[in-house]
Amino acid sequence: MVTLQDELVRTVVYEHPKALTEVPTHYCPGCTHGIAHRLVAEVIDELDIREHTVVVVPVGCAVFAYDYFNLDGVEAPHGRAPAMATGIKRSLRDRIVFTYQGDGDLAAIGTAEIIHAAARGENITTVFINNAIYGMTGGQMAPTTLPGQQTTSSPRGRDIRLAGNPLRITELLAQIDGTCYAVRRSLHSVREIRRAKKALMTAFRTQVNGLGFSIVELLSSCPTNWGITPPDSLKWIEDNMVPFYPLNDFKVSDSVLTMESGA
Amino acid sequence: MATGTIVINEIRCKGCTLCTTVCPQDIIHMDTGRVNEKGYTPAILVDPDQRCTGCAICAVICPDVCITVYRDIPASKLHRNVA
Ligand SMILES: Cc1ncc(C[n+]2csc(CCOP(=O)(O)OP(=O)(O)O)c2C)c(N)n1
Ligand code: SF4
Ligand code: SF4
Ligand code: SF4
Repeated sequence: MVTLQDELVRTVVYEHPKALTEVPTHYCPGCTHGIAHRLVAEVIDELDIREHTVVVVPVGCAVFAYDYFNLDGVEAPHGRAPAMATGIKRSLRDRIVFTYQGDGDLAAIGTAEIIHAAARGENITTVFINNAIYGMTGGQMAPTTLPGQQTTSSPRGRDIRLAGNPLRITELLAQIDGTCYAVRRSLHSVREIRRAKKALMTAFRTQVNGLGFSIVELLSSCPTNWGITPPDSLKWIEDNMVPFYPLNDFKVSDSVLTMESGA
Repeated sequence: MATGTIVINEIRCKGCTLCTTVCPQDIIHMDTGRVNEKGYTPAILVDPDQRCTGCAICAVICPDVCITVYRDIPASKLHRNVA
């Protein structure tokens, strides 16, 4: 028998995170930029750091992200988000500072900035959205475009003899001493989205604990420029991107392991 | 099995269909034949038999943060972290 005490109470178990504004995003239907925003916002809420977190947004489809995150935010020139984040973090040391960057922004025009931010061991976090394409400008080939992948600037597929091989940025940054945490996750399924959130949580906690540079790469979709439906885009990530960009922990420094073990 | 429900904020919905592909109860459908004020076919909950478990899987995949999830929780367990 149901006692009064065990009466069922209809309770909210999931709602709009506080670290996101109510502003509807301009992202295309099914674009996983929206999922990435939501996960970052949930982590910020759970760490209760919203009042002192600063987002540095890129040039790319996420160019208006300062309107979507309910945080202090600045817009960086193309690729320069890690440099701006460095300046903010060094002058306002109590702030949690993260960059949110696409693969054109981070892996092409901004390669120098991200590598040197990691080399200096800046205590900032980077959320790196890899959708294997330049989304905002109409789907051109990016450094991360897969071999053979058709884009508007590689209509016959990326020819690696002409355009070189894709860059595995997170593996590269993991080699650098100043990096404390470098992992790749994906947004193509509920399971992977949950794993991505855990990694973002770890990355932000490394910054709270002052452990150095942290990066979480997220494999993300671009249904519009890939020219396929949102569900097919998630399948495309799983079938084509994940084999080339493995979902691994490339660096988890001893200091991060100590943090994780609760010591 | 737990019971619950969802509320879809239709104004935010972009009709991407992702929520319909993951619901284990298959109770989210696209409301074809109708568009929201943005011009997208919205997702709707069709749950006459109250099969929603409040599992929140739909909310995990929604890129537009449209879905609020409710679960029926025994009063005695309410103090626990439920999400
Ligand atoms: C200095 C400069 N060079 C080039 C551009 C054009 N441009 C705008 S966004 C972009 C790349 C966007 O791709 P990505 O960073 O992958 O982000 P996405 O749009 O895919 O999220 C480029 C090349 C620019 N705005 N400024
Ligand atoms: S162009 Fe691609 S990356 Fe940009 S919002 Fe649309 S789907 Fe997303
Ligand atoms: S909460 Fe679970 S059961 Fe209910 S609509 Fe969402 S996915 Fe389906
Ligand atoms: S996942 Fe969200 S935006 Fe996409 S159809 Fe469902 S409610 Fe609408």
